[in-house]
Amino acid sequence: MSGGPIEVVERDFGELALNMGPQHPSTHGVLRLVLHLSGETVIKAIPVIGYLHRGVEKLSEHLAYDQLAPVYERDDYLAPTANSNAYVLAVERLGAIDVPRRAKWLRAFVSEWQRVASHLVWLGTLGLDLGGALGGGTTLYMYCFREREKILDFLEELTGTRYHTNFNLIGGARYDLDKTSAAKSDALAASVEAALPELWAMSGSNPIFQERTRNVGVISKDLAQGVGITGPTLRASGIAYDVRKAAPYDAYGELNFDIVTRTAGDAEARFQVRMDELAVSLKLVKQIVAGLPSGPIFTRKPLKNPKATKLPKGEIYAAVESPRGELGFHIVSDGTAKPYRLKINAPSFKNLQIVPHILPGGLVADVVAILGSLDPVLGDVDR
Amino acid sequence: MADEPLPVLGQPAAAPAGTALTDIAEEVVRFPGGGVAVLRSDALFHWAQKSSMWPLTFGLACCAIEMMATFAGRFDLDRFGIFLRPTPRQSDVMIIAGTVTIKMAPRIRTLYDQMAHPKWVISMGSCANSGDHYRNVYSVVPGVDHVIPVDIYVAGCPPTPEALLEGIFALQRKIMEGDRAGA
Amino acid sequence: MPAPEIVAVLTSRFSAASFALGVEVPAASLLAALRALRDVHGYRYYVLGSGAETESSFEVAHAVRNIESNDTLFVKVRVPKDAPEIDSIAFVYAGAEWQEREIWDLFGVSFRAHPDPRRILMPDDYPGHPLRKSFAMDTPWGYRPATPGNPEAGS
Repeated sequence: MSGGPIEVVERDFGELALNMGPQHPSTHGVLRLVLHLSGETVIKAIPVIGYLHRGVEKLSEHLAYDQLAPVYERDDYLAPTANSNAYVLAVERLGAIDVPRRAKWLRAFVSEWQRVASHLVWLGTLGLDLGGALGGGTTLYMYCFREREKILDFLEELTGTRYHTNFNLIGGARYDLDKTSAAKSDALAASVEAALPELWAMSGSNPIFQERTRNVGVISKDLAQGVGITGPTLRASGIAYDVRKAAPYDAYGELNFDIVTRTAGDAEARFQVRMDELAVSLKLVKQIVAGLPSGPIFTRKPLKNPKATKLPKGEIYAAVESPRGELGFHIVSDGTAKPYRLKINAPSFKNLQIVPHILPGGLVADVVAILGSLDPVLGDVDR
Repeated sequence: MADEPLPVLGQPAAAPAGTALTDIAEEVVRFPGGGVAVLRSDALFHWAQKSSMWPLTFGLACCAIEMMATFAGRFDLDRFGIFLRPTPRQSDVMIIAGTVTIKMAPRIRTLYDQMAHPKWVISMGSCANSGDHYRNVYSVVPGVDHVIPVDIYVAGCPPTPEALLEGIFALQRKIMEGDRAGA
Repeated sequence: MPAPEIVAVLTSRFSAASFALGVEVPAASLLAALRALRDVHGYRYYVLGSGAETESSFEVAHAVRNIESNDTLFVKVRVPKDAPEIDSIAFVYAGAEWQEREIWDLFGVSFRAHPDPRRILMPDDYPGHPLRKSFAMDTPWGYRPATPGNPEAGS
């Protein structure tokens, strides 16, 4: 190392395989991504799932229909009532069980509140992903969780727990809404609506946020249909499909609301769709409280023996619109009190399949933005 | 947004016992410009360890969301000196929040081994305590204590943030006594 | 409810039989039927792929949807239990790739010409297919603690 001319050696590194392992602050749960990189550009992305596979479908074959509704609330754990709502819908359709009108409206009420809570978690964790856990992103996270705490307090007053509310019964709902709770719901909706412009100012109108999400992870219409993505991800690519309008269930046939779509198909479009859906859901809860019909919420005989509910032989498929997309249950019944085969059509499982298609060509920093904009919940993916 | 502050149900009204230096020191003498405290060395080290526990971000399932809510602004854990580190090399507590599956169990063991001593484990929620209603399923480990040694079990499905706070204070009391489940 | 005219077309072209949620086609014409549905009839959206086990066979059902006419159709095939193999439709609908991997993982039905025939939910070296009726739910593997009723389990 004498004082001569400096030698410059150029090396070509080729492809680097990087493991974004199951324990990672930005993978929204136990998702493993094997990224093949050339420099900072992603060449191939292979998702590995199954780290939270709890065998719910096999467990369903061993429990009676009446016992099963709370089990599915742990699948998509950000909007638990949507899961059990889809399940009881399928069972009620197969068994031709009547549901009182008030119960249907209450189911929609709790589902919409949980949609708001779920989108707040999505926005907060998107802030953590894009802004850094000790940096600016934590601001958005704290503000979103502050609003969410108000909603969870309200749900705790209504049902007893914060989010695994155990609200849906086959044939009705479990908890009723009285006048003081209805007034509280209206006040809460007004207060969360007042907070939305501040959340928008922190995220959507921030130029760095726009740079990181514009034209990132573009999903074309054909790819969207072939892979079968659902929910806000599908509507951001220009396909206006919402289960609440396409196959109305509960109170949605009688409620007045619009489907939110965008055409760009990039991460920014998905962000905008979810922010608009927040506003739509808050209007819906006010509509539901204003138009809530009176009557009972559960009209079947009191359940003494859970094995007493037998469904006729046959197959059924019923779906709801969870905050992630179309959540459906395909039940095959053989005439006994336990399902013969129960398949859950999980929206996050289908949305995650698009990852090997849209990650290549982007940068490593875009990986986090794309995953955040897809909003996967690994309990839903792995079941 | 000038709405009234959220109610603080179930929150600790004062700092937990044993937080101040005067609680753990044998003798504290203050004079203008400073002070002298006389205390046993293990009391000093345990006091430091329990006052700055850095957990590893390890949420598996629904309990992770309640853990995130505990770390957020309302139940704020930063005031107890706790903030999350994403790598096991820099953390000394592991909060297992969620169901442990057979595919994930070897990774949990690896992460636990990568943490430096002294280290503690809080098992949060019924799934991590005993497998909850997934106990008999083919792909679930019925309780994380089959994989790593656990110090504190917090019950609930999911445990409310107040319950997790109680669990963390119980771990702090355990650290003060010098007790550890790991080697 | 599946549209009756589509069911009629499939019945005549592919000798399908109709059931509550859609049609059942013979195993040999699965690919052709789905290609026809996608290209001719506009069923371009893939909904789900599900497996089931009956006494004598495995059933594989693919659900596809026509977004414009808002119709969901289930296409089911039966495969014999001693030779559980069927064509993969992963190149017709990209969304079928993971659903078929899951059916292979949980039921053991293999898919011909699948681009990535690996297990998806269970560990790669797991022996057995969990959702079969012959698979006991508490099959001991690895981290199963020894209990008085099952003393030889344990890790």
